[in-house]
Amino acid sequence: MKTFISAAMLTTTIMAFTSPVLADTIFLSTQLRPIEEATAVREQILQGLEGKVDYVVEEPPQFAVRMEAERQAGTHTISLVGALHGELSPLADKESLEPLDELATKLAGRIPQSLLDLGKLGKQTQQYIPWMQATYVMAAHKDALQYLPEGADINALTYDQLIAWGKTMAEKTGQPQIGFPAGPKGLMARYFEGYFYPSFTGGVVRTFKNPDAAAGWEKFKELWAVVSPNSTNYDFMQEPLAAGEVMVAWDHVARLKNAISAAPDNYVAFPAPAGPKGRGYMPVVAGLAIPKGAPDRAGAEQVIEHLSTQDTQLLTASLVGFFPTLDVTLPPDLDEGVALLAGAVNAIQTSKDAVISLLPIGLGDKGGEFNKVYMDAFQRIVLRGEPVADVLEAQGKVLGQLMADTTAPCWAPDAASEGACPVE
Amino acid sequence: MWPGIRSFRQRRYQMTSNRSWTPYLLILPSVAFLALLFVAPLVQTIWLALSENGAPSLANMRTMVNDLNFVPSLRNTFLLALAVVPVQVAIALAMGTLVAKIGAGRETILWIWTIPLGISDLAAGMVWLAILQNTGYLNSLLFGLGLIERQTAWLTYQTPVALFVGIAVAEIWRGTAIVMVIIVAGLNQVPREYREAAEIFGAGPWTRFWRITLPLIRPALQSALILRTVLAFEVFAVVYALGGRNFPVLVGEAYTWQNQNQNYGVAGAYAVLIMVISLAATVVYLKAIKVDPERLP
Amino acid sequence: MSAASATPANFPSSRRWLVWSGIAALCAWVLVPIYLVALGALGGRQGVYQWPKTGLPTGISIEPFLLFLRSEGVTQSFLNSLGAAGITVVLSIALGAPAGYALARYSFVGKDSYRLLVLLTRAFPLAILALPLTVSFIRLGLYDTVYGVGLIHTVLALPFAALVTQGIFLGVPRELEEAAWIFGCSRVQAFFKVVVPLAMPGIVATAVFAFVISWNEVFAASVLTVRNRTLTAYLLTVLSESPMHFRFAGGLLLILPSVVFIFAVRRYLFAIWGISSK
Repeated sequence: MKTFISAAMLTTTIMAFTSPVLADTIFLSTQLRPIEEATAVREQILQGLEGKVDYVVEEPPQFAVRMEAERQAGTHTISLVGALHGELSPLADKESLEPLDELATKLAGRIPQSLLDLGKLGKQTQQYIPWMQATYVMAAHKDALQYLPEGADINALTYDQLIAWGKTMAEKTGQPQIGFPAGPKGLMARYFEGYFYPSFTGGVVRTFKNPDAAAGWEKFKELWAVVSPNSTNYDFMQEPLAAGEVMVAWDHVARLKNAISAAPDNYVAFPAPAGPKGRGYMPVVAGLAIPKGAPDRAGAEQVIEHLSTQDTQLLTASLVGFFPTLDVTLPPDLDEGVALLAGAVNAIQTSKDAVISLLPIGLGDKGGEFNKVYMDAFQRIVLRGEPVADVLEAQGKVLGQLMADTTAPCWAPDAASEGACPVE
Repeated sequence: MWPGIRSFRQRRYQMTSNRSWTPYLLILPSVAFLALLFVAPLVQTIWLALSENGAPSLANMRTMVNDLNFVPSLRNTFLLALAVVPVQVAIALAMGTLVAKIGAGRETILWIWTIPLGISDLAAGMVWLAILQNTGYLNSLLFGLGLIERQTAWLTYQTPVALFVGIAVAEIWRGTAIVMVIIVAGLNQVPREYREAAEIFGAGPWTRFWRITLPLIRPALQSALILRTVLAFEVFAVVYALGGRNFPVLVGEAYTWQNQNQNYGVAGAYAVLIMVISLAATVVYLKAIKVDPERLP
Repeated sequence: MSAASATPANFPSSRRWLVWSGIAALCAWVLVPIYLVALGALGGRQGVYQWPKTGLPTGISIEPFLLFLRSEGVTQSFLNSLGAAGITVVLSIALGAPAGYALARYSFVGKDSYRLLVLLTRAFPLAILALPLTVSFIRLGLYDTVYGVGLIHTVLALPFAALVTQGIFLGVPRELEEAAWIFGCSRVQAFFKVVVPLAMPGIVATAVFAFVISWNEVFAASVLTVRNRTLTAYLLTVLSESPMHFRFAGGLLLILPSVVFIFAVRRYLFAIWGISSK
């Protein structure tokens, strides 16, 4: 019996330690989740605030569930949320975000108006304050440049040139040297939604199974022949890049940063290739919002103001590779790796054939199943070699059903729709 | 630890109680607890799997069966169980036989062999990832021996056999300990006189093993097999750490549907399927390995 | 049983050599992977990319592992894991041991049904069960607390505790208990004065096992918590998105306590399984 009692006492002592301190401002974020990035947020980016901020991270699907559960139960613990534009918009649709117009007025002029207006999410009042921006680019080790096809401009590659480049590298080095983050936690689905489909079809949902898409998948199969087969294990391309497993990679800027910042002289960063319909690219905007019923609204506003200062935004860029939303030019002495990535982003934005593709909007908790449609198509067509037309027909049906269930209207680059976005 | 194994035997020892409500009072707290936290959610899950918008429906089952990963995950789970469980039993028997032959150091050796018992599948996945990844120790060793010229990938969708072997080896590494503990415990109970008598009558080591030892540890073997097989059908974290989505298994699919796709109905359908398979396997073992209560030591 | 008595006298030394090399190989099979992950955890970022690896402890330091331990959330989740495991131990013994005693000492209608219930808990992937529980836990205020995790881990450990303690109580001779009654002890007194002291080592071993079960459980814990993660749940969320050397450090941190736990109960391990698989 003594064991029980002492164990019970031990437990009680531990519980006293672990019970939350109520005074903390809880900041729940779907961004900057990896342990090193989260540590940077806690130990450097959030420093200098008066109150104590508890920075908690959650993956996007669980984030949606969590916010919905709190809304339904009516018990709120979270004072501030940081999430992508598309993750905040279902919250705004359910009227569960506090209007932030005062803050928006303060920040007007410092954040470009067009960016600030995104934070209204189509409503009259400000729903979120733009926090950070990012996008996806390609990076290559400088050793790979000698294999570039003749006459190719690395800042204006086409898919044919990328394939030729990959072929030469595979022949000369003995193994495929291009990598994609197609692992379980990789962002490969975003490649299909924001890069592949817009480049080949000029759309994402409407054009899912049209002839352009079928031709695109055939081209992609050619590309995949010179892609490292380890790609389906890669979650973050900075690791295989740094380990020398691949020489060329596509990924989110924040997931390339560590490799490039560690040895900026060894790498180049450049835009993703262009297809017949242009150069697809997906800008990512993360915003800060305050849920209705937040226990510490004042503290949350202080955090937003802190994160919107120029110093904090530049610090964020150099530490985690997300770019400022403030209208600032990155100083030349900023982290060299980040500067390289910023150059690639600039090259996309100024390229004439850019096709902007937004993150999915209005899918609510079906975002995971939406990604699954694209990843399943990839798995079946490319990895299992099933006939393109059959797969697109079958997956197109799933996608059509999904859009009908969520009644999400089309987003760019698809033409706007009345009601749910159709698969044509 | 399984029902049916000991019930005959114990009846001989049971106290006849004049206060028949005492045992019920003693099991009541645990029954109430399990009813609340196991049976209730279990029923909810089954309902979740077999309903759609509050009405009975097979829609989730259909989604599950038609999903592109369903057949591979079913096949992989079965193949893995078939490959892993016999090897684990064989290694455990070898361990039990070896350790019976030594005196000094026995306890330390048994301790070392049981260490994986306390290692979670998540940790086991990390351990084998360190060995099998591209710049890992296996490749370094093969490179050092001149068997490969450059880093070779073992864990990709293009090398399904190597991936399968890698996962199986990791599972064997982690899961053998529990089989070993049960079997060594069973061996400890085999009276020495049996073997000595067999030896006197001139039986060789193999005959002694097949004719004397193995039949006597049947109950232990049965427990070990049931436990390991049920656990083999629940394999997930090791597979996830090593192969990611390249090697779909049933629990992994349930987890993905629940966590990534947020579709609890389909996740529940997978859970129900896994339960049915596990129960079926248990029944098979109970029937196949008949334990004669009178021959127990 | 020594090798000499079990083998013909012809090749005792070669036979002995064979046995020991087999034992050594199996020990290496268990230990070398742990050694290698420790190297990975102590080698830091550069160690991961080193090629080819030597497998020798060069270029290692405790620094990367300490860095991992210091990162936000690790200590807290370590404490949470201890808390959840503590609750699991207390509840599973408090609820399971009486049931084990009933199974060992009484014959009653419904005994086999009870065993079936216990068997069912093992045949069902409990992680999935955490799902419907999420909703009820939110209502009860147990969601995202160490208590909630402890409760669901008790579902895992309780059947085990009931069956193992049954074996332990069976191992306590009934005659001793009866003798105590004759000397004027009540049944309850006899239980605490005679049975408990004899059964204590086994119960402690069961408790350690319940601890290990809770310590290693990943999925129910990750579904039921957000901020108050246990160590495994925390590692599952962060490690999949963390660099390799962090993953190895996490693996090592999970392994070290279990080595100690198993060492603590090594004596009773075989005894409790021996009894319970009789």
